[in-house]
Amino acid sequence: MNALILSAISAVIMMFSGFMFKQKSAVRSLAIILLVVVTIANMLEMRGVAFFHINTIGMLAFDRFALLFSLIANLSTLVFFLLSSKDMEKVGVNYSEYFALIFFILSGVVISASFKSLLLLFLGIEILSIPLYILTGSDKRNLKSIEASLKYFLMGSFSTGLMLMGIALIYGATGTFRLDLIEFATGNTSLLLIAGVMMLLFALSFKVSAAPFHFWTPDVYDGAPTVFTSFMATIVKAAGFIAFMRLFDEAFGNIRPEWRLIVAIITAATLFIGNITAVFQQSVKRMLAYSSIAQAGFMMLSIYSLNADAKEGLLLYAAAYSLATIGIFSVLIKMKDYTFDGFNGFAKHQPVIAASLVVFLLSLAGIPLTAGFLSKFYMLRATIAAGSSIWLVIFAVLMAAVSVYYYFRLIQAMYFKDGMEQSIEISQGYKYTLVSVAALTIILGVFPNLLTYWLYF
Amino acid sequence: MVVLLLILIPLIGGLVSFALKEGESAKTWSLLVSIATLAVSLVALALPDHAPSLQFSAGWMGSLGSSFTIKLDGMSQLLCLLTAISYPLIFIATWKTEYRKAYNFYALMLLTQAGLIGVFTSMDALLFYFFWELALIPVYFLCSQWGGERRIPVTFKFFIYTFTGSVLMLIGLLYLYFQTPDRSFSIESFYRLDLPVKDQYFVFWLLFVAFAVKMPVFPFHTWQPDTYEQSPTATTMVLSGIMVKMGVFGVIRWVLPVLPIAAYSWGDFVMSLAVIGIIYASIIAMRQDDLKRLIAYSSIAHIGLMAATIFAETESGLQGVMMQMFNHGINILGLWIVVELIERQFKTRKMSELGGIAQKAPALAILFVIIALANISLPLTNAFVGEFMMFNGIFSSTVTKYNIVFAALAGISIILAAVYTLNMIQKVLYGDANAITAKAHDISINEKFSLGAIVLLILVFGIYPQPLLNLTDGFVETILKEANVAYLIK
Repeated sequence: MNALILSAISAVIMMFSGFMFKQKSAVRSLAIILLVVVTIANMLEMRGVAFFHINTIGMLAFDRFALLFSLIANLSTLVFFLLSSKDMEKVGVNYSEYFALIFFILSGVVISASFKSLLLLFLGIEILSIPLYILTGSDKRNLKSIEASLKYFLMGSFSTGLMLMGIALIYGATGTFRLDLIEFATGNTSLLLIAGVMMLLFALSFKVSAAPFHFWTPDVYDGAPTVFTSFMATIVKAAGFIAFMRLFDEAFGNIRPEWRLIVAIITAATLFIGNITAVFQQSVKRMLAYSSIAQAGFMMLSIYSLNADAKEGLLLYAAAYSLATIGIFSVLIKMKDYTFDGFNGFAKHQPVIAASLVVFLLSLAGIPLTAGFLSKFYMLRATIAAGSSIWLVIFAVLMAAVSVYYYFRLIQAMYFKDGMEQSIEISQGYKYTLVSVAALTIILGVFPNLLTYWLYF
Repeated sequence: MVVLLLILIPLIGGLVSFALKEGESAKTWSLLVSIATLAVSLVALALPDHAPSLQFSAGWMGSLGSSFTIKLDGMSQLLCLLTAISYPLIFIATWKTEYRKAYNFYALMLLTQAGLIGVFTSMDALLFYFFWELALIPVYFLCSQWGGERRIPVTFKFFIYTFTGSVLMLIGLLYLYFQTPDRSFSIESFYRLDLPVKDQYFVFWLLFVAFAVKMPVFPFHTWQPDTYEQSPTATTMVLSGIMVKMGVFGVIRWVLPVLPIAAYSWGDFVMSLAVIGIIYASIIAMRQDDLKRLIAYSSIAHIGLMAATIFAETESGLQGVMMQMFNHGINILGLWIVVELIERQFKTRKMSELGGIAQKAPALAILFVIIALANISLPLTNAFVGEFMMFNGIFSSTVTKYNIVFAALAGISIILAAVYTLNMIQKVLYGDANAITAKAHDISINEKFSLGAIVLLILVFGIYPQPLLNLTDGFVETILKEANVAYLIK
């Protein structure tokens, strides 16, 4: 509750900060301070200190899972602010509004992690999506950005409609919006309910860009200003998965046989399309867009298996994936040439940053000693524990082997090819932050308990 | 503690080398580090079996059922010794080779060593997987950064091959983990497993593919000649001398005892693959002109013999594999050093462009001939003992019906080895000197030292192999008991 209300308040403060401060650095500092406050409030709530006591009549539940995820989201956003908020200046003139929108998204993230009612799920996903439509189109002079925004908005509204329809059908079948009150007569599940579950499944698959609902992703990620792509592809996508997990675990866990096969097919299709298409990309930004689809495929495994491992693993995955992707994007934003060739010889001119990028790429590829490996490991473990699905696991690791191809292409460009030096501005502070994020990736890869510990104590 | 030091010394030494920022001092530093590792490894050999300091265990990822458990038993003693001996020899032999950013080169070499020793000592499946991958990453950078002209695509192929193999292995290990009653990755739990036959059959392939790629066994070998050819020679030495042993080692430690029924049932099939590989690689080796490729194919043949022998599951055979793992490492190291010397002096590796070196460089010629004879496994060289025991093992095997056929076909490899090795000697050392080799000079003192040391090892273990046999006989017995051969044949 702390994080939800404070981030909503922060959003309002940021909206008006444009009037108060003329200097952009002041706006930026204010945003970072507010986010730190939100994060600390979130941590305090995990230790039992709640500032607000509001009766939500059981529609929101701030359990450990929800709180830990909002902490991960807040910390990832903090990393994002520290690394990339300066580059938001380049997007347009409405600097403080961007921060306000991001804070609104954060409150949407908290709702989608803690809903107990289908209505709140809808609300959370919408609060999360609408500011994103705006952020995607925020580069107003760029036609591609506007096109991406429109595309995103149209497709997004369509999937929202699907979701509403699904919620309505489920209400019709069960007579309640509350996840804990939804009951099923085992054996003969009504067609109405199954149709509702399928619609929710498809709508959420759209939000997390799982195939075959992924077609918007590459265009939107490519068209949006790169700073916001970074945010969109990580924290928002992870929030979609948390909502997905919560809904299917708590409401539809009992009728798993009904939807499990479809989730398996979606998982396999997402892994296949994401990885295979990423191989053919020439632009690093588009490669990252497809890589985000591929990683979503791996995260789908947790929806498929739905056990304690899957929950822990999804949280770890969200953290590992967000840190690594935000790190890579933060460097990409500073580059003028987004193609792989643009990174030629990068290691020679920027050895420290190149080394951190290697850590992030290894983490995304799932090489041991990085958080990325362990999160993939958790997913595989959860899926094998769920039983009778060894084919899906083998398919997933083969696709992970494909992913090595495009992640290592970037390493090859940076280290083994010669290229012209690109003039990029890099401050000392940026360097230190990036290196500490890389260190964090390795620490989480060696001691995952630092994170999963919070889930239980 | 001793075993932990074996990993920590090269690991820390490597990290320090990154920071040295100066080629010459990094070179000296790495030599010192590798000698320190050798010293520790010799101390470990002197300790009695099961001494407490040969084990180390610490809690790590307890929630995943894994722990940081490392231990030196017979086989890991042997392979750690091989690793520890090879590194100083490699550094000394390539002392004169210049590298760009040499501190990075030496750092990555030492990190590889830490990874290799970790693979050989880990007694926990997840830890084993960690080290398995960690040994690979520095090699990827070494080959792509300092290799030959086609290094980037070639190394990439190597990396993708091994990575695909190892992720499949991860699935296999995870599957086994879920079958253990106490949900643990420890090797004891794995050895206690008694899986149904159907499970063993497919888990076997998940694990075996990873090891087969690494060894490499036909038809998973296609990465190998290219990679050996394109890598910097120092890295090739590590790859062919030590890293291929990871595959052989993996089968002996993680497949035979854990999946005895599958190893028995698939034995004939794998042995057939191995024997095909032996003959195929030997024939291709005869047609090579490039020295590096010749040695690469010859190595496939030698490793193929080891792979076939493992699945014969006899005591003398396995002892032979142990011996040969060590001796093949030493011999091929010698061959690579010679190739490196020749290439540095004449700027070519083509046999057709060489000749008549023996007159100008007698010391090189003598040492080279002895190493080459060891490659043919002539009696009184170290390889003879190992190969003899392996043939004996295949021939007397009771787990396969085709033991005589396999032994006879594999035996052809000795004849073929003689053909291509002697042909190589003749073309490189003898005949008339040509324009390229006219100004040949003999090798320098550090090169004499490293080649001399190798020749000494060849002769000592060729005449008196008992110390090596004593090192591993207890281990071989245990493994065969775990693999339960007697029970399977009934």
